[in-house]
Amino acid sequence: MPSAATPGSVPEPGRRVYLDSASGEPLHPAAHQAFVAALEAAYADPRRLHHSGRAARLVLDNARAATAEALGVRPDELTFTSSGTEAVRRGLLGLRLGAARRGSRIVHTAVEHSAVLQAATWSGATTRAVAVDATGRVRLDDLDLTDAAVVACQSANHEVGTVQPVAEVAARLGDVPLFVDACASAGRLPLPDGWSALAASAHKWGGPAGVGVLVVRRGARWREPFPDDERAGEHESGFENVPAFLGAAAALQAVVAEREEENARMNALVGWIRRVVGTMPDVEVVGDPVDRLPHLVTFSCLYVDGEALVTELDRLGFEVASGSACTASSLQPSHVLAAMGALTHGNVRVSVGRDTTEDDVERFLQVLPGTVERLRARV
Amino acid sequence: MLELDCRGLVCPAPIIELARHVGDVEIGELLGVEATDAAARADVPAWCRMTGHAYVGEEKADDGVPRYVVRRTA
Repeated sequence: MPSAATPGSVPEPGRRVYLDSASGEPLHPAAHQAFVAALEAAYADPRRLHHSGRAARLVLDNARAATAEALGVRPDELTFTSSGTEAVRRGLLGLRLGAARRGSRIVHTAVEHSAVLQAATWSGATTRAVAVDATGRVRLDDLDLTDAAVVACQSANHEVGTVQPVAEVAARLGDVPLFVDACASAGRLPLPDGWSALAASAHKWGGPAGVGVLVVRRGARWREPFPDDERAGEHESGFENVPAFLGAAAALQAVVAEREEENARMNALVGWIRRVVGTMPDVEVVGDPVDRLPHLVTFSCLYVDGEALVTELDRLGFEVASGSACTASSLQPSHVLAAMGALTHGNVRVSVGRDTTEDDVERFLQVLPGTVERLRARV
Repeated sequence: MLELDCRGLVCPAPIIELARHVGDVEIGELLGVEATDAAARADVPAWCRMTGHAYVGEEKADDGVPRYVVRRTA
């Protein structure tokens, strides 16, 4: 029996093609070295006054400064959290509490990540979803601010890639604060303007998992939505994973430095997939064709079980994600696809990364049409 | 209206049933897909849009199960 440290059956290297960077990006090589070095050096409590504590504090402050610079925000606005989800919860719910006298409602786009929707529901606030068009872009004419405490609008959609008009939303809010979930785009695209709080997630840009980033603008009315942590500062909770923060910062710096070139390369690969998939019968490519994230594309195949398609592609060596939920009648399909009026079954999301080559995409596009046809013939 | 009993079927089976039977009614006539699967609410209108048939709307069958009504247009 294999030990816990040796994964059971890893297929032979070079034969598998990972096309799910939007779920999790492999650790960036630039992050690896910083992460490992900090594991050795930055173990102590960064709040202690002794030498080792000060050493950890120095690493933490460096990670914060580098991350803030790469994102274009002030270091004193930025807090590391234990995940993107935690950053979303603290950002959204803190703004809501800060604006409790203004209103009681959380207004959000219909296509927010479930972390936003679940946080809104958990808070007990009344909510209102703002409709989106067929590309998944928020419809500004459906933005109703009656009794609004806070508005949540993602920077770009995590499932279909459509970039949201955050600045246009912000321009309509008056003094209602805006929360932006930037997890899908942070690092890859510059942050939008006009928000009071923003969340990001390091593993989406090639940093370690378990690192989120919360940015709360100076002057924003934000109140702690969770129990206070008396050892931590404002916006923080728990003992910081300082080595992972440094790894996240190093990955972000590298990704931002490379992004003009890398985005163009990934954009071309995704454009290629969009063109070929668009010619397949009874298949619909969803999301905005132009104003979108550079690295992902989503499409839906009529008469195909999305999870069966993922499993079959995996058997052939291609790893993709699906927004379909066909295996149990109790499961809800993707609320993003449903809000867009897109087909929810037979759905596949393909996302390329820094390691994805033209050859990978060519091989994927060689097997995809036949795989879809084989699954259709089975039913 | 031709009623298709898709209770208990999971996606994409109700849509496959719909595609199989749309030719059983005359052009201009209605089919109703009665489905317990949550995906059918989004997928029947999406199928109509992709195939050019007209989505009429959602109603309830006698047992409360949603019925998604489609008009064959071609």
